Amino acid sequence: MSESQATAVYNATSSPPRPPVIQMLGIVKRFPGVLANDHADFEVLEGEIHALLGENGAGKSTLMNILAGLYRQDAGMILLRGKPVTFSSPRDAIQAGIGMVHQHFMLVPSQTVTENILLGLDEPRFLLRLSEFDRKVAEVSERFGLKVDPRAKVWQLSVGEQQRVEILKMLYRGAEILIMDEPTAVLAPQEIEGLFTTLRAMAAEGKTIIFISHKLQEVMAIADRVTVLRKGKVTASGVPARGMSRAELARLMVGRDVLFHLEKEAKTPGEVVLSVQDVYAENDKGLPALRGLSLEVRSGEIVGLAGVAGNGQRELSQVITGLRKCLKGQVWLSGELVSNKPVQFGIQRGLAYIPEDRHQVGSAPNLSITDNVIMKSYNKEPIAHGWMIDMTAATRFAEDLKEAYEIMAPTVRTPARLLSGGNLQRVILAREISGKPRLILAVQPTRGLDVGAIEGVQRLLLAQRAAGAAVLLISEELEELISLSDRIYVIYEGQIMGQVTDGNIEKIGLMMTGTPLSQIETGD
Amino acid sequence: MGQASATTGGLNRWLPYRIRFEPRMKEVPAWYPLAVTIGAIVVALFLGGILISLAGGDPLRSYAHIARASFGNLGVFSDTLVKATPLILVGLGCSIAFRMKLWNIGAEGQFFLGAFGASAVVLTPLLPPESPTWLFIPVCMLAGILAGALWGFVPGFLKARYNVNEIITTLMMNYIAVAWNNFFIYAVWSEGGFQMSRMFSRSAWLPRLADYAREVPLFRGLTVHLGLVFGLLAAVVVWYIVYRSRWGYEIRLIGDNPRAAEYAGINIRRNTILVMMLSGALAGLAGMSEITGVVHRLQGSISPGYGFTGIIIAWLAKLNPFAVIIVSILFGALILAGREIQPSGIPKMIQGIILVSLIASDFLLRYRVRIVRLVEEA
Amino acid sequence: MDPIIILQAGVASGTVLLFATIGELFAERAGVLNLGVEGMMLIGAMSAFSIASATGNPWLGLLVAMLAAGLISQIHALITITLQADQVVSGLSLTFLGTGISLVLGEGLSKAGTISLLPNFSIPLLAQIPLLGPIFFTNQSILVYAGYLLTPLAWYYINHTRPGAHLRAVGEHPAAADSLGVNVQGLRYFYVFVGGVLAGLAGATISLAISPGWFSELTTAGQGWIAVGLVIFAQWDPLRAAFGSYTFGALRRLILDIQGPTTLLGLRNPFYYNPYWGFFLQMLPYAFTIIVLVIGSREAVRKRLGAPAALGTPYIRGERGL
Repeated sequence: MSESQATAVYNATSSPPRPPVIQMLGIVKRFPGVLANDHADFEVLEGEIHALLGENGAGKSTLMNILAGLYRQDAGMILLRGKPVTFSSPRDAIQAGIGMVHQHFMLVPSQTVTENILLGLDEPRFLLRLSEFDRKVAEVSERFGLKVDPRAKVWQLSVGEQQRVEILKMLYRGAEILIMDEPTAVLAPQEIEGLFTTLRAMAAEGKTIIFISHKLQEVMAIADRVTVLRKGKVTASGVPARGMSRAELARLMVGRDVLFHLEKEAKTPGEVVLSVQDVYAENDKGLPALRGLSLEVRSGEIVGLAGVAGNGQRELSQVITGLRKCLKGQVWLSGELVSNKPVQFGIQRGLAYIPEDRHQVGSAPNLSITDNVIMKSYNKEPIAHGWMIDMTAATRFAEDLKEAYEIMAPTVRTPARLLSGGNLQRVILAREISGKPRLILAVQPTRGLDVGAIEGVQRLLLAQRAAGAAVLLISEELEELISLSDRIYVIYEGQIMGQVTDGNIEKIGLMMTGTPLSQIETGD
Repeated sequence: MGQASATTGGLNRWLPYRIRFEPRMKEVPAWYPLAVTIGAIVVALFLGGILISLAGGDPLRSYAHIARASFGNLGVFSDTLVKATPLILVGLGCSIAFRMKLWNIGAEGQFFLGAFGASAVVLTPLLPPESPTWLFIPVCMLAGILAGALWGFVPGFLKARYNVNEIITTLMMNYIAVAWNNFFIYAVWSEGGFQMSRMFSRSAWLPRLADYAREVPLFRGLTVHLGLVFGLLAAVVVWYIVYRSRWGYEIRLIGDNPRAAEYAGINIRRNTILVMMLSGALAGLAGMSEITGVVHRLQGSISPGYGFTGIIIAWLAKLNPFAVIIVSILFGALILAGREIQPSGIPKMIQGIILVSLIASDFLLRYRVRIVRLVEEA
Repeated sequence: MDPIIILQAGVASGTVLLFATIGELFAERAGVLNLGVEGMMLIGAMSAFSIASATGNPWLGLLVAMLAAGLISQIHALITITLQADQVVSGLSLTFLGTGISLVLGEGLSKAGTISLLPNFSIPLLAQIPLLGPIFFTNQSILVYAGYLLTPLAWYYINHTRPGAHLRAVGEHPAAADSLGVNVQGLRYFYVFVGGVLAGLAGATISLAISPGWFSELTTAGQGWIAVGLVIFAQWDPLRAAFGSYTFGALRRLILDIQGPTTLLGLRNPFYYNPYWGFFLQMLPYAFTIIVLVIGSREAVRKRLGAPAALGTPYIRGERGL
């Protein structure tokens, strides 16, 4: 049985005899169509940093949401310091000392830090008495070295500060066990180091930390022990992190040896396809988001854009596609000005756009696959027929794409909402690539996909590079950027800090936190 | 399991089941939505029956009366179709706006303006009274359509330009339309101080089946008029627009996901205005058809709430143009027969109950209701 | 035509809008748009009048009106919160339902004759204040005074109390509130109920105090819809809601009264000599509502304020997807 071979059981005899604080036994959680947790066992010791490792969709967050009282298991039991407990709501879990910091912050933007921290508490009873509680919050934040202004409104805070508020929220409630769900996803490398320092300090004070991640190197850097989940099952339980090699953990995580490097043929880039020149733009709040940004992408190359989320990536992709006003500067596509033109203008000139959000932007959930794939070609021959749409041609087009891109669905009439994430992404890629684009603007194209689907998407991008398209890949996954890109620009607060061609992760990290390349090179 | 019953008390021990809602991950079979819809209507009629009894009526007799008074013979069925005619047009207008998630609640006002536009042609008069029917009909149609479209344009423009909530604006426009018509009925076109205009000249009437009774004796007394043909043709046109045209594709895409539509380069503002105008135009045509086909003069009471019933019809028909026809006939029957039912609010109440139960039943299309045992399966 | 009397009557008529607007404001702050205000008001007006005329006790009528409208609001709560249906359609159908039920149960009520009404009185001392005294504190219904109290209380409750903070959180970010053990669904049911109760109170204010009687749909004449519009104009703030409500109330009175006198500001009163111009006056409140909405919407864009972030969307915990 390959399953049992892959399951490694280790005894934690080498570590000092600390009592288990949490034991989850035989947890089963079913969602419609998915078995998210399949008799999963999970054990955490007092005062340790325990990583829960697994790829996207392995059931890590589900398991921890059960522990945090947000979901209820279909079967199995939870022991807290040896005693069985049931949590019917997050409130129960928090009262038992278990707090969770979610991947997507659970903060009310229009309220102050203190108001957010007090949310759901019994104290104060009726009147808010904010000034009094501002002081209490400040005390806690000082004690744990989590600096943040209690009176600030959450929407005014940076992502790193918001994370601190989340942690404070749990500490204020006296949480002894802190679950961190992918806490590094939104941080720059240097900020991650700061977070790790905080976590280690908290562990030293006796707090127990569960660290959910799919990033191997982080897990190896922070965790005492690791539990690995694959497809809802535990494949390694409580392994000491130091004793494992990266390849071993990776195999436990994905169940087969992973290719860390994609085959990429050498190619000399051609003429400039996309040229962004000194572009200024505002974000939705009317604040400057792009401040004199310039970059270039040539045909036959993949250019990466690295950066912490919220530094202008979204606005840049919107300016290029024409969805956002460009206040100053120009965007040229193969020698034609496309900035401040209707969206159609770019589409008709071979601009393909794979948006960050498949569901919110990239697709229409209740329309059929056919309707979704003709989104960019419904007004062109052969699908358009004068004012009308030739449904036979549209259906044929959709069926061809369904076969060529291996979209798994009963028929092309199936509504998009019934497709899995990977299949939906294939629908979007099929639509965008079938137009033989000159420029592909791909924003986080693999986010939330499983390993097989990620590989598929990456191969498609490489194939487009080989076919001579220019690809601008905007991503927060540094590993992906480095393995796919020929060059990487780094964006920080709406400006390009510099570019690297050798995938030097340290330089990228410094630029992501605001040090221009020129300073890095002279500073050395 | 012990742990579950420990927290939720003894109930679980005796009844170890829980109702669970699960989102549907597969398409439902084609018959299912229809079955749910019919089921919802049956439940609604049942609930309505309870309320009628509470108000001192006899539900069975009320329902039987409705059926007899609307489908009993050819004559009353023709009257039912006459009531259904404006409903078809208004329902189509609402359906196309709702398709784009534009909540046009102003069909009633657009209907009034359509009636006003047609009346203006006859009463101003824009055409001399001795003009032939073939000239009157298209000119009145055009006037009704334009007036309705104008009434749709205002909220459409405000929505597109200033992002003003169209629900409230369309509704407010209803009240303004009623006052507008009243001004003309009382002050301008009043006949001898009565609160109505003079009767239109015969050549401005839409032809009725009864007009051909001499050639076809069967048609004697049948009130069905040309407006029904407008309605049926409009359904075909709307179907083609929605499902087969580029514009309809844009409407469907905006309705389902406006951000995706924006991303596909579709002009949402322009479509907002155009769709509101089309929606208003159809309601305006309904007003024209009613005024030239049935009432033959401008007066205050020309609509027992056709504009609002059209909203229900569009929803009940799941925005499908052909289903709008069938549903309109059923509601036409309800309005026709409802005139004689006491208390007079019953038809309106039944409409409300049907709509409520129908919206609630939508849940069954999106979710499966499962009863699960609280024990772990082996 | 005494401006003081018009303003005094305007405040009374604005009280109707005030109750309905603040009620809708609570529901919307919790994230539930309820377009059924008009229907709930009619239920309130009808049941208040019918109970008061049957029992002779207006207080009982008031109580039943609030409960009945609160009860019917729970249909909307069930459909939108638990069954997750579209809030717009459900609210519309609630208006249909409320109108229909109140017409059926209110059959014959219009001939009920006179009933005993809720008391009017003046507040001692405060009534002496020049200008303000006669307008706000002289011979007003007890419900008008209740309205004066409701506004600051609602404002304080929303902004400075713990339950108010929970209310705001539920409307802005229900997942955050849920993750800290706030009962999102329960609070939404509760505030929809509050909205219903206040709409019922608004209806009862018409039929028992401001313009007593039952005149079928004309009892409310679209004021429920104006209230929905005023919430947007008020940018979900009770103080602005009060300002809007009283202004509209005064406007409604002015339109009624301006046709009475033969002279206006010393000139021939055109509305007296051309009674048909009254139809254009009738349009004014509705036209003003549209104008007020345009102003509110533009202001929202400029100040980047807006509706509660979760307004109109159901909250479902544990739905798959990150």
